[in-house]
Amino acid sequence: MNKPIPNSLRNLPDERGRFGAFGGRFVAETLMPLILELESAYEEAKRDPAFQTEFDYYMKHYVGRPSPLWFAERLTRKLGGAKIYFKRDELNHTGAHKINNCIGQILLARRMGKTRIIAETGAGQHGVATATVAALFGLPCVIYMGAVDVERQQPNVFRMKLLGAEVVPVTSGAATLKDAMNDAMRDWVANVRDTFYIIGTAAGPHPYPAMVRDFQSVIGTEARAQMIEAEGRLPDVAIAAIGGGSNAIGLFHPMLDDAVKLIGVEAAGRGLDSGEHAASLSRGRPGVLHGNRTYLLQDADGQILEAHSISAGLDYPGIGPEHSHLHDIGRVEYVAVTDDEALEAFQLCCATEGIIPALEPAHALAHVAKIAPAMDPSQIILMNLCGRGDKDIFTVAKHLGAQL
Amino acid sequence: MNRIAATFARLKSEDRAALITFVEAFDPDRATSAALLAGMAARGADIIEIGMPFTDPMADGPTIQQAGRRALSGGATVAGTLGLVREFRTTNDTVPLVLMGYLNPILSYGVARFTADAAGAGVDGLIVVDLPTEETDLMLADVRANGLDLIRLVAPTTSDARLPVVLNDSSGFVYYVSITGITGTRTASAADLARDIPRLRAATTLPIAVGFGVRTPEQAAIVARHADGAVVASALIDRMAAGLDDQGKASAALIATVLDDVAALAAAMRRERVTVLA
Repeated sequence: MNKPIPNSLRNLPDERGRFGAFGGRFVAETLMPLILELESAYEEAKRDPAFQTEFDYYMKHYVGRPSPLWFAERLTRKLGGAKIYFKRDELNHTGAHKINNCIGQILLARRMGKTRIIAETGAGQHGVATATVAALFGLPCVIYMGAVDVERQQPNVFRMKLLGAEVVPVTSGAATLKDAMNDAMRDWVANVRDTFYIIGTAAGPHPYPAMVRDFQSVIGTEARAQMIEAEGRLPDVAIAAIGGGSNAIGLFHPMLDDAVKLIGVEAAGRGLDSGEHAASLSRGRPGVLHGNRTYLLQDADGQILEAHSISAGLDYPGIGPEHSHLHDIGRVEYVAVTDDEALEAFQLCCATEGIIPALEPAHALAHVAKIAPAMDPSQIILMNLCGRGDKDIFTVAKHLGAQL
Repeated sequence: MNRIAATFARLKSEDRAALITFVEAFDPDRATSAALLAGMAARGADIIEIGMPFTDPMADGPTIQQAGRRALSGGATVAGTLGLVREFRTTNDTVPLVLMGYLNPILSYGVARFTADAAGAGVDGLIVVDLPTEETDLMLADVRANGLDLIRLVAPTTSDARLPVVLNDSSGFVYYVSITGITGTRTASAADLARDIPRLRAATTLPIAVGFGVRTPEQAAIVARHADGAVVASALIDRMAAGLDDQGKASAALIATVLDDVAALAAAMRRERVTVLA
């Protein structure tokens, strides 16, 4: 671990788990002792070089890291401006960045002597990644998934079952990701002694936002070194899609102190003013949900609203607390991209680069397509291609009116 | 002495434990909640908790989750819940009312405004489920300034070392979550309570109420033997939920059935002599 630099933006959270006004540990006393136990176990693991060595081993030999840095030459020519690079985390085992965090957390779970794994999932990517690492280490695994999502993500449900996980359809609330997270926390509180909860995004009570960020920072650390190797310098812009925000914070965090413009792309769904979107920063306000203070989609009475996005991975009414902080201090620019713009970018990526992206990074690419043409050809954009699109072909086919 | 302290002092002199019942505000509508509040006070509830509905009640089991959803469909708001309290206080100035809810609706309403309006309406204490000791500075000054009790949850997982931390700024009573889990699911045994309650007594002089999983008069009586109060919530909500009509409404007969349950709980607890002194 690096020594903290004074005035660095990389020193957060503080000892209370705060990123400025955001983060914290807003959980019931029934969970509090577990959170504190997890925090001290994680702090100890971070200080243990053997833990880092073990993490690196699985990153290299199981996940397939480092993921390549790819110069998207045809896309660059087509857009006619800045040079565009993809950080190809879609080439990881299981097809997305989610596995980085799952490896980190399951290694911690083993260190803590936990024998049962639980997780929440929306689209199923985090569920598949969690089921994967649970199978790898031979631990029983329960995945909470909204009943609505179980219906629309059948291939991932089957994948999780093949990997030996029990998938529990959640029928409370709107039966989507936030409700799955509620039920996973309820399971955790009822099974405190043996169970480890692998949260999939950089949100939740402290230490999760920091811990998930640290595991995902492998993305930005690699990309930073790869950019210097390829171009002799850092990019002008680094850009990533944001639901909870784990791939974005993983890309951004190692570059927070650098002169790199950072852009996070939220899901604007059917439009920011349609009432059907997942843009917590653009249209939400600060509140407390799932253990942390952050920007949330909520009504005037503080009830949480349902999010909407064509991408199930972005379909969450909150956002990781560090993003809320980076938003408020102006270090990261947050923009939003609609379902239709993401679909167009999805097709652009297929046609120009021969890469079928997930709908999540298609949001980031849609913003790249907006800004690249106006930039100078000497400038560089780095985009996190955080997942592959196999899981999304049914959704995309439906929207394009194709019969499969 | 506020209503909570006065109630526990009186019960101690009567040598019995408090029956603490629960109403989810606006479940399924305002009129039902108002009838339940008044009726429970008349039928032997010593303290009443009023649940403030929230879309994402993480510490609650299916019963209270569904109650919350019915309540939100029934028009529940923070202001509406405080209105119920004001109405109750026009006819009852003695039974303590404790609001139990989650932080976000309170933050949205504004902490200073909420605590002032709650106290003004006649609320005596607050249980904010997702506000652990570590985050209490967010509310504590306003809670104190308005003379409200801040009632804390203590769990079986709360270690001896942590107990003083949790109880430090508590007042009113201690709410002991007698099981590891969510509301309305499992039930603690007499042996569990005989083991756990003395551990709490050693750390606090506040009255101790036991909740999460107390469902029947028999269980409430067991709790009364060990603690200063028993909280019954999910069992009463289940009784009502099972009897709602096709339109999701509660009839007068159904409300009467719930209140009969309250009377049975109160009777069972009065039969039980409390031998443990705080």
